[in-house]
Amino acid sequence: MKPLLSVKNLSTRFDTFDGSVYAVNDVNFDLNPGETLAVVGESGSGKSVTMLSLLGLLSGSKEVTGSAFFSTAGLDMDLLAISKTELNRLRGNRISIIFQDALRSLNPVMTVGEQISESLLTHREREERNAEIKEEAGRLRGSKVSKAFQSTLRSFNPVMTVGEQISETLRTHKGYNRKSAYRRAIELLEMVGISQPDKRYYSYPHMFSGGMRQRAMIAIAISCTPDILIADEPTTALDVTIQAQIIDLTKRLQQELGMAVIWITHDLGVVAGLADRVMVMYGGTGVETAPVDRLYESPCHPYTAGLLGAIPNIAEDGGDRLISIEGAPPDLYQEPRHCQFAWRCPYVFERCWKEIPRGYTVSEGHVAKCFYDMQNNQPRTGVQNSG
Amino acid sequence: MDKLIRVENITKHFDLKSSFISLGSAAAVKAVDDISFDVYKNETLGLVGESGCGKSTLGRVILRLIEPTSGSVFYEDINVNLLKPEELRRFRTKMQIVFQDSYSSLNPRHKVGEIIAEPMTIHTDMSRREIRERILELLSLVGLKAGHASRFPHEFSGGQRQRINIARTLALYPSFIVCDEPISALDVSIQAQVVNLLKDLQKKLGITYLFIAHDLSMVKHISDRIAVMYLGKIMELATSRELFINPLHPYTQSLISAIPIPDPKKERLRKPIVLEGEVPSPVNPPSGCVFHTRCPVAGDLCSQEIPEYCEIGPNHFVSCHYAGERRAAEINYL
Amino acid sequence: MKDKDKDKLNNELTGLLVDEKEDRSIRARLWYLWRLLWRDKAGLIGLLVFLTIIFCAISATILAPHDPLKQDLYASRQPPAWTEEGSSEHILGTDNLGRDIFSRIIYGSRVSIMVGFLGVSMAFTLGIMIGLIAGFKGGRTDNVIMTLTNMVLALPYLVFVVFIAAVLGRSLLNVVLIFGLTDIPIFVRVTRGEVLRLREEGYIEAAISIGQKTPAIIFKHIMPNLLGPLVTLATFEMSAMIFYEAGLGFLGLSVPPTVPSWGNMLAEGRQYLTVYPWMSIYPGLAIVITGFSMNLFGDWLRDALDPRLRRMKK
Repeated sequence: MKPLLSVKNLSTRFDTFDGSVYAVNDVNFDLNPGETLAVVGESGSGKSVTMLSLLGLLSGSKEVTGSAFFSTAGLDMDLLAISKTELNRLRGNRISIIFQDALRSLNPVMTVGEQISESLLTHREREERNAEIKEEAGRLRGSKVSKAFQSTLRSFNPVMTVGEQISETLRTHKGYNRKSAYRRAIELLEMVGISQPDKRYYSYPHMFSGGMRQRAMIAIAISCTPDILIADEPTTALDVTIQAQIIDLTKRLQQELGMAVIWITHDLGVVAGLADRVMVMYGGTGVETAPVDRLYESPCHPYTAGLLGAIPNIAEDGGDRLISIEGAPPDLYQEPRHCQFAWRCPYVFERCWKEIPRGYTVSEGHVAKCFYDMQNNQPRTGVQNSG
Repeated sequence: MDKLIRVENITKHFDLKSSFISLGSAAAVKAVDDISFDVYKNETLGLVGESGCGKSTLGRVILRLIEPTSGSVFYEDINVNLLKPEELRRFRTKMQIVFQDSYSSLNPRHKVGEIIAEPMTIHTDMSRREIRERILELLSLVGLKAGHASRFPHEFSGGQRQRINIARTLALYPSFIVCDEPISALDVSIQAQVVNLLKDLQKKLGITYLFIAHDLSMVKHISDRIAVMYLGKIMELATSRELFINPLHPYTQSLISAIPIPDPKKERLRKPIVLEGEVPSPVNPPSGCVFHTRCPVAGDLCSQEIPEYCEIGPNHFVSCHYAGERRAAEINYL
Repeated sequence: MKDKDKDKLNNELTGLLVDEKEDRSIRARLWYLWRLLWRDKAGLIGLLVFLTIIFCAISATILAPHDPLKQDLYASRQPPAWTEEGSSEHILGTDNLGRDIFSRIIYGSRVSIMVGFLGVSMAFTLGIMIGLIAGFKGGRTDNVIMTLTNMVLALPYLVFVVFIAAVLGRSLLNVVLIFGLTDIPIFVRVTRGEVLRLREEGYIEAAISIGQKTPAIIFKHIMPNLLGPLVTLATFEMSAMIFYEAGLGFLGLSVPPTVPSWGNMLAEGRQYLTVYPWMSIYPGLAIVITGFSMNLFGDWLRDALDPRLRRMKK
């Protein structure tokens, strides 16, 4: 089966006043039709920037290299090579993205808001967003940003009603007229579980609660029955009980519409029940990719193992210490020349400081970018993946 | 066990700001509504709840950073609410707080050394040398280096800044610390570092914590007892083991069932109770039991009568008409 | 130990703990500011022009080729030096009384800078004090102060200024007083807004929670964070004052006509505008350039002082 989306050697670099930020370094992954791929990583691991690079949603001074083949019925194109107009046509139509609601200012992750159809974004907003991404990269350095940034961005245009914004997407991409767009919007609001959709159509975003906003955002995202839905930390700002609702909703919609979902998160707990495959990101690269069961059963990258250990097990009594990964994330201003995890890795040895691991296939579909075989307590020998 | 903090019938209503000429009576947000509980010496009491349930307000009322509308807080035998401003200022050395927002809680223009020294220069007559030594001691206690004292807060990562915050609170040997979501803004791997640090410090220095969080699994890990809050009221309070084995309140049951398990095989078998709807507005809380609008097992009684908050088993308090009788879900982790 | 001593101690203390590897001296910070300035060429130009003007004002006696008050009716109404009838004696020509325009512009900068600087200093100091009281006391005090402030702001500014000027009469001191007083509300509003914002900052709550005294909170935690936005505001206000002073001068309400000021020169040149345009053009240019350079500089300052934009590279 040909993958729906095949990303090869994706790298993104920002040029800033302080020098280059190596935000994404050689990311590879495939996404099959209908499957859920979870991308897990901490702030600044490059998980959001990866997706924004694919969708051409980064502006400012940056360089994106690599390839990303998107192939579906009648389409076969490299997202990174096609023109802006073509990409515009795909975005919100074949590939949709939902963001974490940018209501809270201090989340561990980047708060990137964005109108679903980019045409709604004013130039200024786009610049602000880019500044945030750069700040986020800066914050990682630990020394860069002096103040928590408060995102002024909302994912919605505050002066348009929710209904209008859904209709807008439909009219832009599907050529609906005013009336049919309205009807479809009501249908969609109902589909995502918003009660009294005909009334809610005329509500402004601020009149919605966080959970409802997220539902409305999903409604916009699925309005054109996309092939891929990218969910960028959609539940991070929500309460546990609301998070459960949104996860349920997404699962249901995925089955109904048969779309592939890329779920970006920092929460390995959420991933376990949601994903078919998982890619763990660290320092701008995917350090381990595996089917979900394999990953939790036998993590092959020390970082993955550390992340799993850092989650308290509610089935056991407290008292024992959590396994913590000492140290702090890498400095993205340095061009990577060796394994980015080497500073914090308990298994680090000479080779880790000399070259960048390209990845070993541990078992079917399980790739780890690590020179050390944790299971057998010895350095790996075999052949690395070609890329 | 000895009680360190006694919270008695604390209520905090925030008046909604009325305009210049107000018409009618102004509405009030009932952030905390008639809450009583004790905190024992050397324990960690977890306080869990969704955003807007009043948990942070309660933490601040206990420290008297916010004045309560009614009720009192006792520290041993001292009624904190009767202290005069100057007495309160001096008393603050006993009770401290670690904030959620490690970015804004450190003045960006002060060096770390100054930040940690501030409480000592206010309250003690320590000499220069003594303060310097204490700073070095505190820095090493929280796992930072001596050289860090001369740096500015923005040069540190979130986890390190939280360590600086903790060092500042420890400067004057407090016996009680309110941790207001100290880890919720941190990355997963860093969360574990900070939680381990807090636990170590408790063991070493015998501190009592009130640990506020929305993440039940982390709270379970760190707490001896847990209180679950919903819309300004405590729904259930029990030892953390008891609360997880035998949750009696439907809200607690659904909260526990909503915790994702980091194990795909177990996770697939998990049947969470997904609560309908969202938290009602605290300006106009539902009648009777505040949870009845979302409760899966609510009966007629629940919308009419406020359930009593009572001790149903040893050290197990709950506020529900059907406590333990009607279960929202079977929870089986152990 | 007194508070002052404690503060001093704090400073020394952190000095003792300096990490030798890090270069965080004043020189390094100046170097950083310079890099910021170099990147923003407009700000650099603004600063340079502004410094030039200040230099002119200070050393006017040396720089001016002629006495700005000396009349020479034989050489009156001379066009600038590069025209056919001009002479190299008077670079920018002379006015209808034969006074050297170039020298008068140089001396005129003194009035502009004085009014701008003193007026802003006055508004700045009083504005911060009143704003701090309003922001900190809150309640009724705040209401009264803000109502008064808004009333002053609601008055048509220029009419108000003209009225006061007409009542008080023409003198440099009066002009400074007028601008200083009428500008206070702007500083009050900005200060109060910032205080209200800062009071919500976590570190203020942290300071309260460790039992810090209120005066110490104001001076250690609030004031330093106020200075950034207020200094930036001051540059913009200063350029505005220079404009307004010229306007008043043009209306004959600023400094006495005997004092060379840009506004007065404009007023004197007005009736000869079509015949001897240089008499108004060059003082006019001086006003525009000054205002423009200060705005450029102010823009840069705002960026430089905004901690959000401050990213220092090792």
